[in-house]
Amino acid sequence: MEPTPEEYEGDDYEGGVVKKFMYVNRRAPHGTVYAQESLEVVLIGAAFDQDVSVVFLDDGVYQIRKDQDTGAIGTKNFSKTFRALEMYDVEKLYVEKESMEARGMTEDDLNVPVEVKTSEEIGRLMEEQDVVLSF
Amino acid sequence: MKLSVVLNEGPYQHEAADTAYHFIRSAIAKGHEIFRVFFYHDGVYNGSRLTTPPQDDRNIVERWSALAEEHNLDLVVCVAAAQRRGIIDESEQKRQGKDANNIAPGFRISGLGQLIEAGIESDRLVVFGD
Repeated sequence: MEPTPEEYEGDDYEGGVVKKFMYVNRRAPHGTVYAQESLEVVLIGAAFDQDVSVVFLDDGVYQIRKDQDTGAIGTKNFSKTFRALEMYDVEKLYVEKESMEARGMTEDDLNVPVEVKTSEEIGRLMEEQDVVLSF
Repeated sequence: MKLSVVLNEGPYQHEAADTAYHFIRSAIAKGHEIFRVFFYHDGVYNGSRLTTPPQDDRNIVERWSALAEEHNLDLVVCVAAAQRRGIIDESEQKRQGKDANNIAPGFRISGLGQLIEAGIESDRLVVFGD
């Protein structure tokens, strides 16, 4: 993940407004570029000091599956970058319980600390948001 | 209401490029303000002036340029997504040492911070795409 210098313009944002931003990751990590480009938005967005949460649901739960190895398909293994989110003060990571269980996964299969929430709980969280970006 | 729009899909491939356009026109007609339109993922292809669809079809790119000129819209193409997909303006052309550029009139290339800022500054951020 190497954003160009222009990408860091968020550092200069001094609007003082804090909104609730939720990023919803719904897709498997390597089949399309959505997951990787979503992560770029989260990282850049962190510079704006907003109230950020990140949700993984549907096939999006695979994005944080541990021990990913993309060597054989020659794509970037950006899954490690999720572990850096904490350094960017992005600490509210939620996984939908139903999505995880439907895919035979438990928290032990994930590479970052998350809070497991039911579909209903995540729905309530979404309702509280000012901005929801779904990828 | 102050609105911003995110378009995540390319033209012709996906109706989102049309729906976003019609949404913006309708919103302006109803008196809403469009703070920014942000093009991300394959949405950056909406900003290639080399697009040449058959004459009996709509020209999505020229339509954006015309709308931008008419209403002074801020059409922003994400630089990181654009670099991956070969959408480039004159300054990026020089910076990257490329032999051409292709950004359409009315579009500008900038960072993802513009998307976040649109979310902060607007009453609603409306996303088009799957």
